[in-house]
Amino acid sequence: MIRLEPRLTPSRAMVWGTPALAVLATMIAGGILFAMLGKNPMEAIWTIFVDPILDPYSRDELFVKAAPLVLIAIGLSYGFRAGVWNIGAEGQFIVGAIAGSAVGLAFYGTEAIWLLPLMALAGMVAGTLWAMIPAFLKVRFNANEILVSLMLVYVADQLLRAMVAGPLRNPAGFNFPESRLFHDSAVLPLLQGFPGLTEYTRVHVGVLIALLLVPLAWLLLRKHLLGFNIQVMGSAPRAARFSGVKPAMIIYVCLGLSGAMAGLAGLFEVAGPAGQLVPALPQGYGFTAIIVAFLGRLNPLGILAAGLVMALTYIGGENAQLDLGLPRAAISVFQGMLLFFLLGLDILVRYRVRFGKRGAAQ
Amino acid sequence: MMEVIGLNADVTIQQSLFYILTTLLPIMVIAATPLVLASTGELIVEKSGVLNLGVEGMMVMGAVIGFITAVETGTPVAGFILAAVAGGLLALIFGFLTQVLLSNQVATGLALTLFGLGLAALMGQTYTGIRPPQTARIDIPFVSDAPVLGQMLFSYDWIVYFALALVGAVWWFLNRTRAGLVLRAVGENHDAAHALGYRVIAIRLAAIAFGGACAGMGGAYLSLVRVPQWSEGMTAGIGWIALAIVVFASWKPGRVIIGAWLFGGVTILQLNIQAANLNVLGIAAIVLAVVTIGMIALNLRSMTAKNWIRVAFLGALALLSWAMALTWPAFRLDSAYLSMTPYLMTIVVLVAISGDRTRAALNAPASLGRVFHASS
Amino acid sequence: MNTLLDISGLRKAYPGVVANDDVAFDIAPGEVHALLGENGAGKSTLVKMIYGLVQPDEGQMHLHGRPYAPTSPKDARAAGVSMVFQHFSLFEALSVRENIALGLDEAIAPRVLADRIRSVSKDYGLPLDPDRLIGDLSVGERQRVEIVRCLLQDPRLLIMDEPTSVLTPQEVNILFDTLRLLSKRGVAILYISHKLDEIRVLCDRATILRGGKVVATCIPRDETPRSLAEMMIGSTLADPPLRRAVPGRTLLKLTGLSLPTHDPFGVSLQGIDLTLHAGEVTGIAGVAGNGQDELVEVLSGEQLVEPGMIRLDNTPVGGLSPNRRRSLGLLTAPEERLGHAAAPDMSLTDNTMLTGRVRQRLSTQGFLKWNVASNFARAVIKQFDVRTPGVDTPARALSGGNLQKFVIGREVMQKPRVLVVNQPTWGVDAAAAASIRQSLRDLAAAGASVLVISQDLDELMEMSDQFAVIAGGKLSPTRPAGSISIEEIGRMMGGGDAA
Repeated sequence: MIRLEPRLTPSRAMVWGTPALAVLATMIAGGILFAMLGKNPMEAIWTIFVDPILDPYSRDELFVKAAPLVLIAIGLSYGFRAGVWNIGAEGQFIVGAIAGSAVGLAFYGTEAIWLLPLMALAGMVAGTLWAMIPAFLKVRFNANEILVSLMLVYVADQLLRAMVAGPLRNPAGFNFPESRLFHDSAVLPLLQGFPGLTEYTRVHVGVLIALLLVPLAWLLLRKHLLGFNIQVMGSAPRAARFSGVKPAMIIYVCLGLSGAMAGLAGLFEVAGPAGQLVPALPQGYGFTAIIVAFLGRLNPLGILAAGLVMALTYIGGENAQLDLGLPRAAISVFQGMLLFFLLGLDILVRYRVRFGKRGAAQ
Repeated sequence: MMEVIGLNADVTIQQSLFYILTTLLPIMVIAATPLVLASTGELIVEKSGVLNLGVEGMMVMGAVIGFITAVETGTPVAGFILAAVAGGLLALIFGFLTQVLLSNQVATGLALTLFGLGLAALMGQTYTGIRPPQTARIDIPFVSDAPVLGQMLFSYDWIVYFALALVGAVWWFLNRTRAGLVLRAVGENHDAAHALGYRVIAIRLAAIAFGGACAGMGGAYLSLVRVPQWSEGMTAGIGWIALAIVVFASWKPGRVIIGAWLFGGVTILQLNIQAANLNVLGIAAIVLAVVTIGMIALNLRSMTAKNWIRVAFLGALALLSWAMALTWPAFRLDSAYLSMTPYLMTIVVLVAISGDRTRAALNAPASLGRVFHASS
Repeated sequence: MNTLLDISGLRKAYPGVVANDDVAFDIAPGEVHALLGENGAGKSTLVKMIYGLVQPDEGQMHLHGRPYAPTSPKDARAAGVSMVFQHFSLFEALSVRENIALGLDEAIAPRVLADRIRSVSKDYGLPLDPDRLIGDLSVGERQRVEIVRCLLQDPRLLIMDEPTSVLTPQEVNILFDTLRLLSKRGVAILYISHKLDEIRVLCDRATILRGGKVVATCIPRDETPRSLAEMMIGSTLADPPLRRAVPGRTLLKLTGLSLPTHDPFGVSLQGIDLTLHAGEVTGIAGVAGNGQDELVEVLSGEQLVEPGMIRLDNTPVGGLSPNRRRSLGLLTAPEERLGHAAAPDMSLTDNTMLTGRVRQRLSTQGFLKWNVASNFARAVIKQFDVRTPGVDTPARALSGGNLQKFVIGREVMQKPRVLVVNQPTWGVDAAAAASIRQSLRDLAAAGASVLVISQDLDELMEMSDQFAVIAGGKLSPTRPAGSISIEEIGRMMGGGDAA
């Protein structure tokens, strides 16, 4: 008989041990899945998890992929800590990209150093405003923010289609639904010549900014009143109100913050690797970031590591797709399993697993 | 896709009405059926005090499994049955994680959706672009052939009737049986139910599996009847709308049907407007005018200044839309904007229903989403 | 003497604590048997074993002379053992009939059951309407539902866990009449309590538990409250020192304080007037659920009212946030320790930050000074003798008494001008309760004003200088302590005449 016994204090070892265990379990389960698909499991796991680290070009791409995931996940992590469930980061990502592109295209041809910051600002503002819709509806009408923010993903997706087919369409693009290619001032500079990066790197300034935001986010969470209030709100809402935290404020701050981060990530994506606004821009970063946030234990430093691991599955997955013919969807399954294992193993943090006869726990 | 009567076509009013009643209405009912199934399942899950946000994932799994089974065996019935089994099994993963390993229900539900979408895409790779075998319609001699009424009421496949019967059965179960009472009790206060000796976790697992089976069948209906073919991510948010319908229905089975038909109606109308090239501004003007007159009629006895301002605002908006419709008779909105309407409507409905906090608090299961661990 | 239930050598251990050790006693048919002991003495575990909720590690039970080892409450009920819990197992959104149906093991048609409920409740003088929602019933009526539920199963042994802690004195008398009637009809009653007067009035025999063991068996009528208490606590009791407060100037004044509720089962506060003076302890008595929680939330600032309804030193504070009130010196300690007064999963340092930030200056420019906070937490722990491994321990790991000492200490050490406490000693062992009461009295003696809201009349009588009763969201005028009898208070608590 296996039973669960609550721990009085959460196990610190398990807090960081379980994500590692979850990754390991996912590798094993993934290996079984790949074997069922008729691929050599060892080879597949090696291609996904090791090859990208060994290959310098893939290593660069790792950062390019991880940056939006880390940005979005950090934003989401505040809300998840407070029990504010923004799962519409994908939508905020899209409107951030649209707004940033609109600014970039409005100043098409203008060579100026202020253009990119202006685009970034537009992306963040758009993402924030988009996230304010569920926040306002939650505060004012008690509408479930999970459903509202998710519905807005589909709305944003249609908005993107309308934009690239209408106002932002390339005038010289034969009615093809995509924008012009951004001019140089509207494209994020690459970090060529940066130590450790390849000559043809696609690592852009946005990656650097994402990296710099990590310690700032950590500071806000651990050392600032706002981070403390967010934690209390999630841990014990009634105690939070007693201590003077206004729930409405926390909802606005958490959704606004995650919207801004997702919007910024969207702008980085469109002004970075994409270079133009296309309907295929959203690739599910907003949803994968949810996994990243949990895998990183809602802690900015953990999220940085988790973002890199998740980027690994993307890059490695693409390689496996090319080299081994592994279907793209297999990677989504792989990522889903990772979250399952993580959530399942989470119990080890707060409970001790005992084997033996029934006793205390009934 | 469907035959559509455009505005420029030369038709009589009888023909239009006939078209609406015999073609449009049945399509709406068909569009609503996956929602009826999935929402009814989720309603039982939530009544037991569990919030499973993985409906989308279970539906898409049902869609792919049902499709594959129907194509391989040639019998749609087998497809629906296996889709229900698949949905139930997937739901039990959620059940095991949330009920036995006490994981967070919101996060686990999300994981279920992400996992389901991925797994379904993986399984359905080689099945895109195929047509499934047709699901049998129930033909009642004479009745089904009766003009208009026969086609309105008796022209459907058996799943449509099954879904309606299921709603009735769920209502009867919840309100008239002891097992239903126990289920409601578990959702209301799991600690008290445990103290009385009821097996909270077992009851919830059963509810979760039932919800998964319903969602799976709903998904299969999408890929086998509604569309009918398989494509990746074909659920396109319907699972989430099913969750919203449960809120809309205030956890009452009968209202699930109303909610589902409302959404089915909006989806079909929106597609119809897209296809028929109707002038959206004209439609907006008419809708606004109806709402304005309705507001006056309903509040005639107690028209406060605030209400008058609202009515005046809506009326002005209606006039403006009409004027614009007359100015640009060929005005056509990008179809993308129309595609937003089901999602926007979900938001509007959620806001309207959740606004009344007292009512929401009375109907919602009190233990919804809370983790249960029996300690001593 | 024939026995109904015979228990011997019962033992039950939880990780780190032996809840019951070698417990033995017996109950005769028709006997009212008291199980007496402090909080944590092992009473709850013992009755849970009798009711089949928990299985013993060792020992035997015999019912009607046959071995009795229930593995679930269902087994227990089938054997004729029923239980009324201290915290009712009721479902607020369901009707009385549905609630009772849930507690019965056989299915009875709804109409038949409704008739049986009416007849049983009439038979025992416990009027009940089967169609009403539990959420709309008073606490006393809810207990009636539990009792009727048990009676419908025709039990031979009825276990009652602290049944009077939520009742007015008048309701207690009705309950006792019902219990005596049951006893006359041959039903044995196992009566768990720590209220000595009740036990002396009601019970035929008493078994006294301390530290999980039976320390004495006696006939309560032959004992004095003092001798019973000493058996229960295991030491001789010292009387609290008498003191007389000279009321100082007015510190807090409530005028026409009203707040409608949005909760369908909540209580609206109506026109509350109250004046608190420096150097004085004010007690507010009342049955649970009569507006106490709402009043505390209004005073803490969790619920805002019109500014003038609450005046602190003549400054209107009714519209100020909790932290603005804290900076002005109005502090509160709510009833619910885990989840309201403290965040269960957060450390004691974090929990210090929760309410101490403003007055103890634990932050600058929004940045938190964690080392100052943990020093303050350490000071509270030392001063109030909180038993804990350290300041990094999460609040939920502390025992009820220790956490309560921490919560009260955290507020007292911030030197409040007015301190509001709700149920300061609820579920706390006698030693901790005594030290908490002493610290509150000391605070008042130092010139602060203390408002104690409690359901424990003895505690209020002991501590208060002035006294009021809350019922149905209305507060009676204050009376000087000692000028009012228990009967009078009882009538006021029942809402009879609040004037």
